[in-house]
Amino acid sequence: MALSGMRGLSVFISDVRNCQNKELERLRVDKELGNIRTRFKNEKGLTPYEKKKYVWKMLYIYMLGYDVDFGHMEAVSLISAPKYPEKQVGYIVTSSLLNENHDFLRLAINTVRNDIIGRNETFQCLALTLVGNIGGREFAESLAPDVQKLLISSSCRPLVRKKAALCLLRLYRKNPDVVNVDGWSDRMAQLLDERDMGVLTSSMSLFVALVSNNHEAYWSCLPKCVKVLERLARNQDVPQEYTYYGIPSPWLQVKTMRALQYFPTVEDPNTRRSLFEVLQRVLMGTDVVKNVNKNNASHAVLFEALALVMHLDAEKEMMSQCVALLGKFIAVREPNIRYLGLENMTRMLMVADVQDIIKRHQAQIITSLKDPDISIRRRALDLLYGMCDVSNAKDIVEELLQYLSTADFAMREELSLKAAILAEKFAPDLSWYVDVILQLIDKAGDFVSDDIWFRVVQFVTNNEDLQPYAAMKAREYLDKPAIHETMVKVSAYILGEYSHLLARRPGCSPKEIFSIIHEKLPTVSTSTIPILLSTYAKILMHTQPPDQDLQSQIWTIFSKYESCIDAEIQQRAVEYHALSMKGAALMDILAEMPKFPERQSSLIKKAEDSEADTAEQSAIKLRAQQQSSNALVVTDQRPANGTPPVSQLGLVKVPIMSNEKIIHGQDQSTGEQVVAHTNGALTIMDPQPPSTPSPDLLGDLLGPLAIEGNTGIAPQSDPNMGSGFEGGTNADALAIAPVEEQTNTVQPIGNIAERFQALCLKDSGVLYEDPYIQIGIKAEWRVHHGQLVLFLGNKNIAPLNSVQALILPPSHLKMELSLVPETIPPRAQVQCPLEVINLQPSRDVAVLDFSYKFGTHMVNVKLRLPAVLNKFFQPITVTAEEFFPQWRSLSGPPLKLQEVVRGVRPMLLAEMVALFNSLRLMVCPGLDPNANNLVASTTFYSESTRAMLCLIRIETDPADRTQLRMTVASGDPTLTYELKEFIKEQLVYIPVPSRSAAPMPPQVRPTSPPNAVLDPGALLAGLL
Amino acid sequence: MGIRFVLMVNKQGQTRLAQYYEYLNIEERRTLEGEIVRKCLARNEQQCSFVEHRNYKVVYRRYASLFFLVGVDNEENELAILEFIHLLVETMDRHFGNVCELDIMFHLEKAHFMLEEMVMNGCIVETSKANILSPIQLMDKAA
Repeated sequence: MALSGMRGLSVFISDVRNCQNKELERLRVDKELGNIRTRFKNEKGLTPYEKKKYVWKMLYIYMLGYDVDFGHMEAVSLISAPKYPEKQVGYIVTSSLLNENHDFLRLAINTVRNDIIGRNETFQCLALTLVGNIGGREFAESLAPDVQKLLISSSCRPLVRKKAALCLLRLYRKNPDVVNVDGWSDRMAQLLDERDMGVLTSSMSLFVALVSNNHEAYWSCLPKCVKVLERLARNQDVPQEYTYYGIPSPWLQVKTMRALQYFPTVEDPNTRRSLFEVLQRVLMGTDVVKNVNKNNASHAVLFEALALVMHLDAEKEMMSQCVALLGKFIAVREPNIRYLGLENMTRMLMVADVQDIIKRHQAQIITSLKDPDISIRRRALDLLYGMCDVSNAKDIVEELLQYLSTADFAMREELSLKAAILAEKFAPDLSWYVDVILQLIDKAGDFVSDDIWFRVVQFVTNNEDLQPYAAMKAREYLDKPAIHETMVKVSAYILGEYSHLLARRPGCSPKEIFSIIHEKLPTVSTSTIPILLSTYAKILMHTQPPDQDLQSQIWTIFSKYESCIDAEIQQRAVEYHALSMKGAALMDILAEMPKFPERQSSLIKKAEDSEADTAEQSAIKLRAQQQSSNALVVTDQRPANGTPPVSQLGLVKVPIMSNEKIIHGQDQSTGEQVVAHTNGALTIMDPQPPSTPSPDLLGDLLGPLAIEGNTGIAPQSDPNMGSGFEGGTNADALAIAPVEEQTNTVQPIGNIAERFQALCLKDSGVLYEDPYIQIGIKAEWRVHHGQLVLFLGNKNIAPLNSVQALILPPSHLKMELSLVPETIPPRAQVQCPLEVINLQPSRDVAVLDFSYKFGTHMVNVKLRLPAVLNKFFQPITVTAEEFFPQWRSLSGPPLKLQEVVRGVRPMLLAEMVALFNSLRLMVCPGLDPNANNLVASTTFYSESTRAMLCLIRIETDPADRTQLRMTVASGDPTLTYELKEFIKEQLVYIPVPSRSAAPMPPQVRPTSPPNAVLDPGALLAGLL
Repeated sequence: MGIRFVLMVNKQGQTRLAQYYEYLNIEERRTLEGEIVRKCLARNEQQCSFVEHRNYKVVYRRYASLFFLVGVDNEENELAILEFIHLLVETMDRHFGNVCELDIMFHLEKAHFMLEEMVMNGCIVETSKANILSPIQLMDKAA
């Protein structure tokens, strides 16, 4: 074993290698780090050779996954070493350990520049590589002209020029202005004439980046690209060293074809003819050979050629030739080719009108869904989803369902969502749709989100013909021994409404229905119990003449839950109990649920946003628009209902509303938006519902029972409180209550809402202050974790007692507050750490319910905590070359959503840029050719999404600053939606509310327990 | 932007070389490498060489005890990357003569130099083995 030039390094590597376990390895590494640290401390004694050795050791340790947080200076200082070996190490290790924002990098900028403009070629190469790998904006500004000069210089050797090309690419991404488009396109064209293959290869990468951002400026380069292809593919005019298994640089061929895909078309007939000649040759001339490497290389070129043909919209004949080829590929044994065949067929679906030819391969694609390889199964699923339409929906959806029971955990969620969307979109009849969704819940209940089952209920409610069928199906599922909780919910709901339609069937008497549903009660969570209670009430109502026995059973249950700790359950139990005592009057009160207003499915809505750019219009979207199946057309809606169609999407979350819910203490664990109802609302049979729009589907389903579409928020503070208020006035009256008390309350100092807004944008500051206490907050955010510290400072010379801090987290945040002492001594400050973990994207806000006693006064405040969506962003600059492919690959809803936002508070573009940047949405200048638009990017972190790139484009109208068009894209549908709504809130929200909007006074409650606290109106006023 | 990272990992899951073309901090690297290596090492010969992971597509190839993994974005040609891995291995072969895991371990710097000649800023710079190796040969001569 030949040892490396550095003996000490080799010994260290051997030592680490010989470590028996991770623990020993860590000890050895720690020892070495200690050693290096001491050596670096008295640096004077270090020879360049030793420095070099230690720096390599650091890199090795870093590679093993240990943090190396020192010695960066030494690595950087090696860059200025006069001798090549040290300098080289300096460069390589610096570019491995540091990133572009590192301060030390600035120290090196002069040396780097000197190396670049100096005469030593090898030094030039090192410097160019470093800048190419980690150079930042500062480098772009100071070095770009020098790098350009090297790239186009005729006296410079290829080995320097090829690096200059990619270095320039980096600088261009940091600052697009470094390439002056006017003069540059001619030079670019010249570069594409380059004979040296290394220079040509790297120039082509540079070219792809430039052209992907702005093809208009580079039309003159298009024929040059075709020439390059001709040279490679036809004339095979390349040096031996650049052929790979007999194929002229497959990498350059692929890159060149990729570049051509950024031009919308090839207009010049001669160029087009030459190009198609080359492509035809590739399509026809690629044979399967024995040598794996040759085969892969030639197929790399072939797949790229296929992509280019599709892009160029070739003649029908050539297209069908392509589909035929792909059809062959998806059936071959070689898994790589099968994978790529499926992937490219999906792409083809989006660009070309070849659905019918692709459908012929359906059977084969379905076979791939059962492939032993998950990579291939994913591709097959994508393709099936894309090619599904009315004609094949039944087959495809049934295949998906069948596959669901055996599918990997990792794929089930996606699979069930896709099956649900397809079933809804292309259902040939509604009973089939019901079947599919129930099967879906049965087989993968954990992966069926609530909006899927809400949607079924909507359909059933709105289609009378469907009701007996759905009730029967629900009844059948209840016979199964172990059913998913979601199934309990949906079947209980449906049977509550419609089981009377089954009454004559065996096993369907009210008593039997009741007992089979009641059997499930011990197995369900608190979020399901309210639904079951509603069902019992409904069953009771439908049992005419009354069955005394059943009645007493159900009453027993109601009275049992009247003392339940869960407010929602308790309230329902009390009310249903009271109501069902009314006998015949019950019929009027607990009538059947009215039909739902026609509402587009959240899923479909996402899949069908028609305002997208035509260029990005995918085949899926187009077809969705053309063929709306009957599943979409929900007939007989009730316009009289008058519910404004505020929430198109199933799961609209209005953050403030959810806050109220949380403060209600209802259903914190699931975060579901349970709408409480008042006695008042229940006793008033008002055909005209209050104008409060239903917040969402959940409201509809889980809301009060029989009131004509009344899902208005009219919450109830005390279940025992007598009825009497009408929904609307009730809220008003309560809302006023705390304001009246204001005069003798403890006044907060400063505006709570403003403080919250400020903390949304920065990480430390005062959250709340009054004459007695100041609550400060300091936060650190790392990926999806947050570490907050609450500073509770007693401003007085007397202690604050009965201090209580309760966190009411929304369902997407996991929060843990350390113990808060009951007493804060005079003039003392207590620090309470608070851990936050972001589980999934959501705009809901956590609330701190804080109270303390000063003298005889009890002060209670509810404060929104600045653990908001944007805290989990990590700003990231993307370059055109990163941005556009991502942007394109996220081709439409639900991953990419677009919306025209009106009522935007007018601001200059620069202000908007500042706003975005302050929200950690990094504006990337220059990506959008239109100066009135802006493009921003960020990375979002949560446990469910991990790091997820988000891209945002805002198109403003200089003539009308109050409206704009916004497009948001990410790899996660919820994230896209939440982010879109979040930005919208920021744009239309006026962060400084007028003073008159009465900041929430903390409620001083000298004596009685709270009563007004539960009112959302009051809370709303308080929180804003 | 093309290639995001190049990893060489042995079948025990120990990293032998890691080169990133976008900045990830050490914690992110550890997690990413752990996840990807677990996914890839669990696969068999009959499965394809591509694994989708988060925003990356990982193209990988196994040579004896050593796995070469290249993370790319959705805009790369998978087979071209697969053969690029082989080109890298052939280049190392030419230099070390039948390269093995130990060569890469104990000549980490040389492996780095070679890779640096081949990939820069996530893009392929050079595919001629002679050109890739010439700086290293110069260095060896000087030493």
